[in-house]
Amino acid sequence: MDLSPLYISIKTASLATAITFFLGLYAARFVNRQQRWQGIIDGVLTLPLVLPPTVVGFFLLLVLGRNSLAGKLLEKIDINLVFSWEATVIAASVVAFPLMYRASCGAFEQVDEDYIYAARTLGMSEEQIFWRITIPLSWPGIAAGTILSFARALGEFGATIMLAGNIPGKTQTMSTAIYSAVQAGDDDTAFLWAFVIILLSLVIMISLNYWSNRQRNLGEWR
Amino acid sequence: MALSVDIIMKRQKFCLAVKFEAKEEIMGVLGASGCGKSMTLKCIAGIEKPDSGKIILNGRTLFDAAKKINLPPQERSVGYLFQNYALFPHMTVEENILAGIRQKDKQAQLARYSKIFYLTGLEKRYPKELSGGQQQRVALARIFASEPEIMMLDEPFSALDSYLKWQVELELADILKEYQNTVLFVSHNRDEVYRFCDRVAVISQGNLECVSTKEAVFHNPETLAAAKLTGCKNHSRIERLSNDTVEAIDWGLTLRVTNSISQDVSYIGIRAHDLKLANDETVENTFEFEIVQCIEDTFSFILMVKHQKATLGNNALLRVEVSKEIWRQVSCDRQRIYLTLPEEKLFLLKA
Repeated sequence: MDLSPLYISIKTASLATAITFFLGLYAARFVNRQQRWQGIIDGVLTLPLVLPPTVVGFFLLLVLGRNSLAGKLLEKIDINLVFSWEATVIAASVVAFPLMYRASCGAFEQVDEDYIYAARTLGMSEEQIFWRITIPLSWPGIAAGTILSFARALGEFGATIMLAGNIPGKTQTMSTAIYSAVQAGDDDTAFLWAFVIILLSLVIMISLNYWSNRQRNLGEWR
Repeated sequence: MALSVDIIMKRQKFCLAVKFEAKEEIMGVLGASGCGKSMTLKCIAGIEKPDSGKIILNGRTLFDAAKKINLPPQERSVGYLFQNYALFPHMTVEENILAGIRQKDKQAQLARYSKIFYLTGLEKRYPKELSGGQQQRVALARIFASEPEIMMLDEPFSALDSYLKWQVELELADILKEYQNTVLFVSHNRDEVYRFCDRVAVISQGNLECVSTKEAVFHNPETLAAAKLTGCKNHSRIERLSNDTVEAIDWGLTLRVTNSISQDVSYIGIRAHDLKLANDETVENTFEFEIVQCIEDTFSFILMVKHQKATLGNNALLRVEVSKEIWRQVSCDRQRIYLTLPEEKLFLLKA
């Protein structure tokens, strides 16, 4: 039994979540501060959430593929992203990003502005305020966004198969493994991976609920 | 001159126009809620940006619209005590105070300010584990530890229960006595302002109306807003009859006044405890009133009275406060009463 799809999926989803975590937080901070164009930037950043993943995959191919400017530059330093493991991370990150970004935006808006103002008059720098005031105070929302992003990255299929392909042992994740198994008529393998994904997702969602209830009920300072 | 403010700011329908100067003193800012008091403090702190004007603190320009100077709050060195204190709820007392310390020797500063504000022993507690008074002390310690050049207190007692308030007020008075810089004390409560401040600025509907000593503002208010804010319950529109007599339209009284009447006054006022009981109409400015309502207050009786020529509006009734002993001697279920409005107690007010 080849367990590589499990490892690859977990590795991909973990790294993609880490990347998405920081990108989402900073994007939310940036958009929150914008006076003009806020609606447009917000729309563009949320787009991967509503577009079919194949569209995302198609655009990623156009941007990172061999014929693109970025692809040519990367080829000069001997990097080819398409059909590599890194591509699964890129695809999963792009698709999971809007969840993290939107959750962070919502969480930041919940923070009472007086805390931020007080921190400023006390002389804390904007960077200090962001990490020591804003993020701790909006932590429940951010944690929820992180968990949702991980779940989304774990289940990513469309963009991954277009950008990274479905190479066993290299880019084959659990979702793409199910696709191959069904096409080959191997129902047992398909069942196995489907079961693993359902189990993992369920654990994630239950822990999310537990986490948010705990925050609400006995959070140490709320 | 420690602080000089001259700013104009428009937000939708609201227009704030404030101009004043403060020395190293405790200056009261008195105004009804929503009149622009907090907005003024936020402009000084750099949280809000005025449309035009200047703010100068100890010779440093904090804001100058013409020169395009607008220092961020971090560089202004302004202490701001928020109405709800804005203590960071996820940080302990210690961490809250440390957040404001800019010097190298943070622990020494922390120990010093914990001691001054009686917080020793509470360092590891979270804000929600403290009483209202303790929370205020933490907030003050945090601000003083950041060593601001000016201290701004926004309704410092509004978040406290009334039984705690007096104790906290005494403590704050002690602390402010030691502070050598400018203090702006914002409140809608005239008594707090009177007890704390040397001079008072009155803000009404976004306009700063006057700045003068508290004695002048309280004993001789110049505008209707100042009279109302300092607790003057009775006011009426007037019509000038001669150099020293006016017709108080709402009350229906013809009154003699001491000051010669300038053209720009349009209201007259008198405090509820300044009306005196009389036996007949022989004394000047004495009239017979009908008692509309008699309310027993904690330590006095409040009479709502009306003259027969009064208009029908809200301001037609005069509010009179009489001590309980005096009222018990004269009352005997009276319907009517003679009252004197002493000349020297009448305020002539601008609109």
